Amino acid sequence: MKKSIFMAALLMSLVFILAACGGGNASDPSEESTEDSNGEATEGSEASADAEGSASGSVTGDGSSTVAPILELINEDFNAEYPDVQVSIGVSGTGGGFEKFVAGETDFQNASREIKEEEISALEEAGIDFTEFKVANDGLTVAVNTENDFVDYLTFEELQTIYSGEAETWNDVRDEFPEEEITAYAPDQSHGTHDFFKEAVMEDGDITAELNQDTNVISQSVTSDANSIGFFGYNFYMVNQDNLKGVPVQGPDNEEPVEVKEETVMSYDYPLARPLFVYAKNESVENNESFMQFMEFTLNNASSAAEEAGYVALTEEEMQEQKDKLEDFK
Amino acid sequence: MELINKNEIGKKLSGRLLLNKSMKYIFLLCTLVGLVVLATLLIDTIIDGWSYLTTDFFTNFSSSRPENAGIKGALIGTLWLMATTAPIAIILSVGTALYLEEYAPKNKITDFIKINISNLAGVPSVVFGLLGLTLFVRMAGLGNSVLAAALTMSLMILPVIVVASQEAIRSVPSSIREASIGMGATKWQTITRVILPASLPGIITGIILSLSRAIGETAPLVVIGIPTILLFTPTGVFDTFSALPMQIFSWVKMPNPEFQSITAAAILVLLFILFLMNSVAIYIRNKYSKRF
Repeated sequence: MKKSIFMAALLMSLVFILAACGGGNASDPSEESTEDSNGEATEGSEASADAEGSASGSVTGDGSSTVAPILELINEDFNAEYPDVQVSIGVSGTGGGFEKFVAGETDFQNASREIKEEEISALEEAGIDFTEFKVANDGLTVAVNTENDFVDYLTFEELQTIYSGEAETWNDVRDEFPEEEITAYAPDQSHGTHDFFKEAVMEDGDITAELNQDTNVISQSVTSDANSIGFFGYNFYMVNQDNLKGVPVQGPDNEEPVEVKEETVMSYDYPLARPLFVYAKNESVENNESFMQFMEFTLNNASSAAEEAGYVALTEEEMQEQKDKLEDFK
Repeated sequence: MELINKNEIGKKLSGRLLLNKSMKYIFLLCTLVGLVVLATLLIDTIIDGWSYLTTDFFTNFSSSRPENAGIKGALIGTLWLMATTAPIAIILSVGTALYLEEYAPKNKITDFIKINISNLAGVPSVVFGLLGLTLFVRMAGLGNSVLAAALTMSLMILPVIVVASQEAIRSVPSSIREASIGMGATKWQTITRVILPASLPGIITGIILSLSRAIGETAPLVVIGIPTILLFTPTGVFDTFSALPMQIFSWVKMPNPEFQSITAAAILVLLFILFLMNSVAIYIRNKYSKRF
């Protein structure tokens, strides 16, 4: 008899605990979730309510780890100018970030590749309109060890032989190369860089190489392994220029090999140059004043931030085009 | 006739002694492998990161410029996360343990629940992250807030605390339990005044050890999508935040080599907190363990 009373007491206390948790949820405006909370910058109820009162706001973004350093620099300067706006940026990778963008959880999405067809249709289905902004250029850099004195340039076909796993020695790549075994390194599938290389060079064939999630490991491996080859973003090449040898690349549209450097990336003569994107949710641009300020600040400072982060700025005309796109919202 | 054939023993003795001695060194080697690796890692990290442990490092937010990078956001975020995780995890798991040990009828269903709780302890943390993402971040609409992460972490460490608490409660001698009942105490009185105080050291040790697991856990936070680039600290449990392991995870991937040293400094801070928590656990265990 007594036992059951205590059971009831325990149950009651559990109910209280659950009620407390439930109360927490109820006070959250995003309970009615996906459709309604889109206008809200963050799900945080109290904070954003307070924030709205003091004419400040919050901005959330997520996405590529390649683009993140640029946005981090921009955010630092933005914060100095607009200290009341709370900006939070996640680094879930391009693919992971798009998932959140589709779920309506973020105002903007950093991407190291163009949005995919299926992501566009997912966004349409979710009723989210977006605008694509280019913020910088990256030159995917192919690099070999500094001791490697025979590789003067590589064509797309040669890169394909190496990264398809077809070539076992450098001699299999080109006849004048020595009979030395090749070790190829590449970023793994979580990187937009991997996808970009696969599409641009491999014609969508699989990359057979030592894949790594940490790009630092790739640059270090190429630095220490005499017969290795690897590729990564231009920023990793910029900080490791003394320890690595960048290889000029000849694409199908090039008459001769092109060296990776600021001018060739900016002009897209370099065949592995690619734009870096920020995708903005239209609704947030229109309704969230802080986000509009943030985007304006981003485009105004993207070029200097890109260079500081080790990337290449857009040409002035191109940057003006991006600014015009934002101007259209006003 | 001699009872002991010394000759015979002498023949076998040297072999046995040798075996004895060699086993001793083999086991010593086993111990050393772990210790040496750990010491190398620790010394390497200290050499790398020590000079970066300045006051600025603690008062600055994260930055892409290595000279400005600090852990203020991540450290305060981690403290928020722990302060929110602890009460949720403690209430839920001690409650579970008390129910299972004191109230639950001894039948197959209870056994089934107990087995499953033990199994839960072995589920990879990334799975808890996925659970948290679906349940708390998306369905409950908590976003990547402190509360969503704390609930996820609580679920993750719950089984460990439950098992530790169950052990502690079970180890309370039935004599004092019976004595309490015999004195006319109700079951609730017995639990709050006799069983809980007696089993508290074991429970607290379990709690602290699982919290120190939670503090270094990265996978669930990655899955939930905790941001690493933010220049503010949370003011409530519904705010978003960053955490030390996430900060370490994102710094280690930065191209600038100086960030490797900054990462080392952040690792030292995390290790120090871990060390502190484990010391408290050991202190409590030693202080209260000689009750019976």
